Amino acid sequence: MKNKWMDYLYKYGALVFIGVIVLFFSIYNEFFFTYSNLTDILRSISIVTFIAIGVTISLTVDGFDMSVGSTVSLSTVVTATMMVWYEMPLVVVIIAPLVVGAIVGLINAFLIVKIRIPDMLATFAVMYIISGVHKTYTKGYAIYNHMQMTDGSKAPGEMYKDFLWIGQGELLGIPFPVILMIIAVIAVHLFFKYTRWGRQMVMTGGNEEAARLSGLRVKRVRTYAYIASGVMAAIGGIIFAARVGSGQIDAGSPMLMEAVAAVFVGYSVLGAGRPNVIGTFVGAVLIGVLVNGLTMLHIEYYVNDIVKGGVLVLALAVTFINMHRKRT
Amino acid sequence: MDSRMSRGNMLEMSGINKSFSGVKALHDAEFAVRAGEIHALLGANGAGKSTLMKILSGAYVADVGTIRLDGRELELRTPADAKAAGIHCVYQEVDTSLVAQLSVAENIFLDRIATHKTSAWLNWGRLYMEAEKLLSELGLRIPVRKRVAELTLAEKQMVLIARVMAEEAKIVIFDEPTAPLSTEETERLFQIMNKLKETGIGLVFISHRLHEVFQICDTITVMRDGRIIVTEPASALDTADVIQAMLGRSLEDEYPKAEANIGQTVLSVKDLAHGQRVRGVDLEVRRGEIVAVVGLVGAGKTELSRLLFGADSPERGTVEVDGKRANLASPTDAIGSGLVLVPEERRKEGILVEESVLHNLSLPVLRQMTKWGILSGAREKSNASGVVERLGVKTPSVNQLTGYLSGGNQQKVAIGKWLNTDADVFVFDEPTKGVDIGAKRDIFVIIGQLAAQGKGILYLTCEFAEAIGLADRILVMCDGRIVKQFHRGEATQENLLYYASAGQGEPA
Repeated sequence: MKNKWMDYLYKYGALVFIGVIVLFFSIYNEFFFTYSNLTDILRSISIVTFIAIGVTISLTVDGFDMSVGSTVSLSTVVTATMMVWYEMPLVVVIIAPLVVGAIVGLINAFLIVKIRIPDMLATFAVMYIISGVHKTYTKGYAIYNHMQMTDGSKAPGEMYKDFLWIGQGELLGIPFPVILMIIAVIAVHLFFKYTRWGRQMVMTGGNEEAARLSGLRVKRVRTYAYIASGVMAAIGGIIFAARVGSGQIDAGSPMLMEAVAAVFVGYSVLGAGRPNVIGTFVGAVLIGVLVNGLTMLHIEYYVNDIVKGGVLVLALAVTFINMHRKRT
Repeated sequence: MDSRMSRGNMLEMSGINKSFSGVKALHDAEFAVRAGEIHALLGANGAGKSTLMKILSGAYVADVGTIRLDGRELELRTPADAKAAGIHCVYQEVDTSLVAQLSVAENIFLDRIATHKTSAWLNWGRLYMEAEKLLSELGLRIPVRKRVAELTLAEKQMVLIARVMAEEAKIVIFDEPTAPLSTEETERLFQIMNKLKETGIGLVFISHRLHEVFQICDTITVMRDGRIIVTEPASALDTADVIQAMLGRSLEDEYPKAEANIGQTVLSVKDLAHGQRVRGVDLEVRRGEIVAVVGLVGAGKTELSRLLFGADSPERGTVEVDGKRANLASPTDAIGSGLVLVPEERRKEGILVEESVLHNLSLPVLRQMTKWGILSGAREKSNASGVVERLGVKTPSVNQLTGYLSGGNQQKVAIGKWLNTDADVFVFDEPTKGVDIGAKRDIFVIIGQLAAQGKGILYLTCEFAEAIGLADRILVMCDGRIVKQFHRGEATQENLLYYASAGQGEPA
């Protein structure tokens, strides 16, 4: 009886929690449950969701990518400089950061798969390196239209209108980043469920040696997972640049924590017990709702970190309690 | 049990019932152990013996039932309660119970050190002396200052036994202790178990190897479907009785004969070598032929199997499949060359325990299950159901997690995943390890069928009886080399053991 109760709590806990806080905030503040506020919440989590998808993919192959935050920062400034410094065509503006993200993933994979540094440590080091690289690249300055260069001249270009639409535009009344996010969540979900490569990643994460002895090329699979993770973070960076209309320094580093929290909330959603992209999305929504609601309650922004950290601890506690419960 | 039994019983478990989420695992189990006896607890996997022992060792709590030790009723809610009462376990996985970085002596007195039972200061000289005394009482020569990490598996087991002695055990449960041991190591373990018995300890011995049970045990209890079927002195039973009690039916023939036409050479290995364990192996397997490679633990069989499957890379040597040079750069390449392996470590290497039967069975043939990279649910389902049906895998559905199946059914999945790969050569490494006697026969039947289809079978085992019963040819491996070959009917357990341990020469 007690067990059944625990199972229900584990499966539906995150969803019920979202329901409860939505109800609470709606009662407390009449503006909370309005179309514009709800789309606001979704828009605010769209970038974090992309990063969290990257983390989900790395966790799926039983790895962990801590460098995604820095990758977002790097991708943001690369995107901005492509327009402000070099006035490249829009295609290049978008492709360049994606390539950069893929390269970061490749470096991670090289360290983890080839040199065999444990995932967490390798990506921790890379996180710092990439963070340094993106600041070195811009000499420590944010990138904005016609910015002052260090040699005294002015940068030639500005952020393109078409580009800014990616972050600020709307389709059928829905913010475009939200549409991108939903497409990504569904696409990655289908990828894991219905494609051979997705299955190979899940199996590799389940037991690498058994997967290898079943004929999978597990090193290649893990490499692809890290590349995918880097590319997802890069997309997050592109949307960020389009959203704020400039290339901010260290844009991504605070997002790592939120992304990781979202992923671990997602572990338990509907009793999955493993990284899954739908759960990750639910986790991101939960954090988004909390942060938005607390802001409406006029709770100061610096409290947010406590809340996000608390959500992560709670999610981890649920995940690990359940893991040990299953084992005994 | 009746009152005749209760006299002289040190341990009495009576009326033990246990259910797991509504499924009854134990029905009114009665189990008693006298002081100074070795009591075998037998049963097919799932019969309830591990549940019963987990209740005795405090890992589970019985729903109903009493446990008495020396006439006193015990309340065992945790493993610590059981240990405090004098009930100890020697598990098969010794590494989880020992601290590898500490010395032998420290491990033996771990409990005392950890709980500061003596004083705040450790008297190292005395600790080493006492450890030495304890080990020599058991007739063991293990340096007490050596780190446990440097010991062999058998030595670790001995250290564990010494620790149990140090903690003044009354009842010791040996859960399949001989499974990872070689023949000599097993003999040594039995000597020690006899010594423990002489000191008045009651021993419970769980094993799948019936000949060992008859060699060492005084009393035999057989369980089936959560019930105690029989408890008798070992002298009053024979192998056939025990098997009948375990299965609920008599076993017709332990080694079903497979009719296979032996054809062309399908596997040809020349001078394969890697490190100290595989030192230049030559062998051939023909289509339809079952070739057994026997050897003691550590002879290099597992290493040989991994080389053949591309899991490790050889230093030298060539492997040909069907006359073509096989590419063994990785398991993926080996499969492409027509070689597959059913590895020894089933739960770690053979299957993914946290994945469904269906996912496990699809894994090596994912390409056949996909079009343009998209998986076909229907194709996966028909692949999995086909294999489940063909091999008689007992599972509620193909979506069941493989880890929930019994050992024998897990092994069938580990074999079944290769059925649709068009492999020419199947390598089996100890396929019956930890598999109950009914499922063992099923596995022999499957292997016979594969041979009948013209596959070449390489069967690596340390169970000599299996090799004699099953193989068309037996190769004896010792110290990384094939030292002797026997054809069907030529080998006996004695001469296999002779060549496996001595390596060369002729038996006297």
